[in-house]
This record gives sequence, C-alpha cells and structure tokens, in this order.
Amino acid sequence: MHMKKLTTLACAAAFAMLSGAASAQISGNTVKIGVLTDMSGTYSDLAGAGAVLATQMAIEDFIAEAKPAFKVEMVSADHQNKADIASNKAREWFEREGVDTATELVTTSTALAVMKIAKEMNRVALMSGPASTPITNEQCNDVTVHYTYDTYALANGTAKAVTQQGGNTWFFLTADYAFGQALEKDSSAVVTANGGKVLGSVRHPFPASDFSSFLLQAQASGAKIIGLANAGADTTNAIKQAAEFGVTPKQALAGLLMFISDVHSLGLQATQGMYLTTGFYWDLDDQTRAWSKRFFDKQKRMPTMVQAGQYSSVLHYLRAVQATGSDEAGKVMAQMKATPIKDFFGKNGRIREDGRMVHDMYLAQVKSPAESKYPWDYYHIRQTIPAEEAFQPLAQSRCPLVKK
Amino acid sequence: MEIFGVPSALLGSQLLVGLINGSFYAILSLGLAIIFGLLNIINFTHGAQYMMGAFVAWIALNKLGINYWVALLFAPIVIGALGVLIERTMLRKLYKLDHLYGLLLTFGLALIFEGIFRDQYGISGQSYPVPELLQGGVNLGFMFLPIYRGWVVVAALTVCFATWFVIEKTKLGAYLRAGTENPQMVQALGINVPLLITFTYGFGVALAAFAGVLAAPVYQVSPLMGSNLIIVVFAVVVIGGMGSIMGSILTGLGLGLIEGLTRVFYPEGSAVVVFVIMVVVLLVRPAGLFGKA
Repeated sequence: MHMKKLTTLACAAAFAMLSGAASAQISGNTVKIGVLTDMSGTYSDLAGAGAVLATQMAIEDFIAEAKPAFKVEMVSADHQNKADIASNKAREWFEREGVDTATELVTTSTALAVMKIAKEMNRVALMSGPASTPITNEQCNDVTVHYTYDTYALANGTAKAVTQQGGNTWFFLTADYAFGQALEKDSSAVVTANGGKVLGSVRHPFPASDFSSFLLQAQASGAKIIGLANAGADTTNAIKQAAEFGVTPKQALAGLLMFISDVHSLGLQATQGMYLTTGFYWDLDDQTRAWSKRFFDKQKRMPTMVQAGQYSSVLHYLRAVQATGSDEAGKVMAQMKATPIKDFFGKNGRIREDGRMVHDMYLAQVKSPAESKYPWDYYHIRQTIPAEEAFQPLAQSRCPLVKK
Repeated sequence: MEIFGVPSALLGSQLLVGLINGSFYAILSLGLAIIFGLLNIINFTHGAQYMMGAFVAWIALNKLGINYWVALLFAPIVIGALGVLIERTMLRKLYKLDHLYGLLLTFGLALIFEGIFRDQYGISGQSYPVPELLQGGVNLGFMFLPIYRGWVVVAALTVCFATWFVIEKTKLGAYLRAGTENPQMVQALGINVPLLITFTYGFGVALAAFAGVLAAPVYQVSPLMGSNLIIVVFAVVVIGGMGSIMGSILTGLGLGLIEGLTRVFYPEGSAVVVFVIMVVVLLVRPAGLFGKA
C-alpha cells in the first residue's frame, strides 16, 4: 500500500516536472507572431492589412483545432519597404517583446535584413511576401522558410510558357533593386534555355510612376516580348502606359510577377490574354473557395497568393510549436521541415533543407471581359506545375546548407 | 544617325516625353510658387490635392456620370473650394508664425487625406479611361505620340501661361503682388486683402487638382500618386526660386527634359538627377535660378 502510494506520488511528480518542462519550453507560455509588412506603400494591397487578417484567421483556426495550452498573440508593424526600418523593428520584437517569429516580409530587401537578425537571435522567419531566390541560395540560413513563391518559379512558369509559344526575343523593364534584378536574371536564364534571346533591359527607379521613357526604349529594341520584372503599382502603370504608347499589341507584355490585386485594379480589358504564374488562385477548388470566401467577407477583396501563403505558413508554424511543445527555433524548424504541408494552399507542399517551401504552382491566363462570369472570375488555369518542377532544383542550389 | 551612341529617333522621343512630364512639373510647381509667393505657406498638401483632383474626376465619372471635359472644371472647383475652407479655418491662423507651422499643418493634412483615400480605395488604384476624343495616337516618324499626351502639354502650358499673364500683366495680378509686398497699404486703398489671399490659395490648389485630372488617364488613380510626385516638384520650386512664377514654369519644363535624357543615358540615375541639380543650384545660386536674393 505504502509502496503503491509512493509510486503514484513519484509518477505524479515526474509528470508534473515533465509537463512543467514542456510548458517552460514555450517562453512566457505565449507564442508571439510578428507580421512585418507594407501597410501603406506599393505592396499594401497584395500583402498589408490582408496579410494581418490572414494571420488572425490562422491563429483563430489553430486555437479552435488544437486547443493549445499556450497563448498565441499577434503583433504587426509597417516596414514601409525599407530594410533599416524592418531590421530595427525585428530586433526590437525579438529582444524586448518576446516575438517568436517575424512573418510576411514583402520586399526582398526587408526580408534579407530580417532573416539575418532572426538567425542571430535564433528565431524563425516566415517569408510569404518576398520573391528573390537569394533568400534560399547565397543568403540562406536554417531559421528561414521561403513560403509562397520565388523569382525562379515565376520565370519557370511565365517566361518558359511565353518563350515556347514563339515569344523568343525579350527586353526587360526591371525595378532597380534586389527583387527586380533577381527576377530579370532568373527569367533571362529561362528564356535562353528555351531557345530565346534577350535583346536588352532597362532598370527603372523603384517606385516609378511614369514609364513612357522606358517603354520607348523597349519599343526601339524591337523585341517581341517586353518582360516586366517589377511588381505592384509599377507593373500596373507600365501595362497601362504600354497600351497608350502603342507598344501593345505590336509587342506583347509578360507580367513576370502579377497578383490578382493588379488584375483587379487594371481591369480585364487591359490585362486579357496575359500569362502569369501564381502560387494560389481563389477559384481553384472547393477548399480554396471556402477559405477565400471567409477572407472576402472581412476584407472585401479576394486574397492574393501572398495572403493565402501567409495563412498557411503561420498555421504550419503553430502546428509545429504544438507538436514539439517548444518555441525554440531549431526544434520548430526541424518539425516544420519533417511535416508535409497539405492544406488548401500548399498542395503537395514540403520545406526543403534550403528553406524553400515547394508546392504546386499554376500557370494562369487572364480571361477576357466576355469570359468572366462573376466578380473576381479572372483566370484560366492553363497548367499545374508540379511542386518538384516548379522551383529551382536542389542540384542547382547555391545554399551552403544543401549537402551535395 | 546616332548621338552619343543613342539613335537620334530615340533621343527625340525621349525629349518629347521629358516635355510631357515637364508640363506636369510646371503646373504643379506653379501652384506651389503662387501659394508660397503670396501666402508664404509651403503647401505640403499640394500632392494630396493633386491626387484628390484625380479621384474627384474618377468618382465623377463612375458615380455621377460626369465626363472628362466637365471634370476638368468640376474637380478644380471642388478641390479649390476645399482649399478655401482649409485657408479660412486653419492656415489663416498661422500667417504670423514661422514657416514651419504652415509646413507641419499642410503635411499633416496631406497624410490625413492620403490615409482616407487609402482606406477607401486601397493602393493599387483605379483606372480612368482616356476620353474618346483623345484616344489613339499619331506617328511622328521618330515616335508614336499618344494624342492624349500631346493634349496634356497643350492644356498645361496654356493654363500656366494664362496664370502668369494674370499675375504679371493684369490689374488683379497687380493687387495680388502689392498685397504681399505691403498688405496694410493695399488694405488702406480699399482692397480686401484677406479675401484676395483666400482666393489665391484656392486657385493654387485648383491648379493641383487640374493637374490631377490631366494625370488621371495616364497614371493609375492611386492615393500615393501625389506623394510620389510632390518631392520632385518641391525640388523644381527650389531650383526655380521660391515664389517665382515664370521661374517655376520654365524650371518644370527644363527639368522634365533633363530627366528624360537621364532615362536614356543612365536610367538608374533618373530618380536623383533633379536633386543633384538642386544641390548644385543651392550652392551656386541659393535663391534659385529665377529667384531674387
């Protein structure tokens, strides 16, 4: 009897210590998610408040599904697309506010700055907004996940399709910063590999509003395709002005990074027939429609791939924290990499050792006004690019973490 | 034929594009110069007022069915009236204080206006169609010139020179100029100086809104369209000489041309060339090219 009681007590004590240890592994028993995004600038429609909403939705869904013993909190800030503001904020969050992960990070320069700080402070960086391949190549580290898309996947989708369909001479209009340059570089490689030729390029300041000078240079090049290696308002203004100066339809435009928000803002008349590569389309299947409708009810706009990716990445992160009972970056990252991603966003998704989340991508063509039957009915999905083909193969990786 | 390795046709077209952009600079800097010259207010809301001019045109077309030609008059009147309200209720109280107060107030107002439109319309902007009469373009041999852009140059320059004429050559203009030199004396002669100042601010603001309507079919109508442009326009005003009417017009056109050339020879530098010129001018002629020291 005595013995039995002792054993019970010992068990209880051990259990208490165990669970104590487990909860002690989540600092302050709170998981804090920081959304660092462009709240007011060029990219605020494709990320911004919609990304904050997606994060809230992920947290709510996680709490409802997992009923975690820890608390989940969210903070958000505007990095104004500036690397110095982003890194100051991330440092403040990590050092003083106990933030466990900095997320979203649209604009490559902010992403590159924050991932270094995350590494230094051993926190996780979840990138759903930025596009540049250096994030998982030269600059890669083991606390960063590049989630939604990248310039390689965009080029591999759009530039390949357009070149193969006979658009074999290209001129690039490139936003003059890390992202634009990466997109131009990756697209040029794809064009050349598919038998096309790059006739030239012009780098425009970011952001710019008047593109007429650059468009005239593109026009003078005589290239069949003008590749727009820019994003957001830069892309929409360039498309609008290309029509005005008679550049289109004689020469065709390839929007190398276009979001559904850009198509919505320009209208189908101006964008019909354009090819684009996307990691997500709201009207893909029942799952995407169901989630997007919830998003739409609150935001009054359909989600971009960045916003859908933000939801998926935050949910995947929280599930990993729950599974490991820890918010230590190394443990969470190991769990995230070990678990395949199967949700409405990440079809056949997994995170590779270089931090790249690979998942199915889609080659879409913008519908004509006559083909569009209901609001936000914008894309024909022309091709599903399987996860393993959509992204840069590990064999080509320049990331030191990849063992060859 | 090539000039410095650039085909002359391309150079010609870039000069023309520079002239088009220069007309926007000219009409915006003219408004700023008038307001500064007569009110001593550095109107930081100018970019937001330009943006609101474009938005009023867009709203007028899409909600009220008011076409472009009417909007060219309607938007400046609406935004000009808003300017009058701002002058009467806020700016008026700041004339006796340092320039800094006017600058802070107008800057704050600009942020508020931009915030309101950002909240309502998002950042990607709205499309405004080119009016039917001005659609299409003409082939000039060296370039395809959209008719609308040609119209922008004509409309902007007409308004600029008409404004210059009124201020420099008419009796009303003489009152205005006298009112800024010596308000007490002019008041004593029976001229209502405060009314004159209110009217001037409203007019300067209306010029910004007019430029906004001109810009609507060219750029996406977006809450940020003003703040992207206004910093350059301030540089134009500083280079031309604060408060100089003709100076601001000529400098606006000239800098548009220089910017256009930079986009051919060194496109990466086109965003800063205006500021480099500003630094040089401030070092050599601190009062600006056309300013009185």
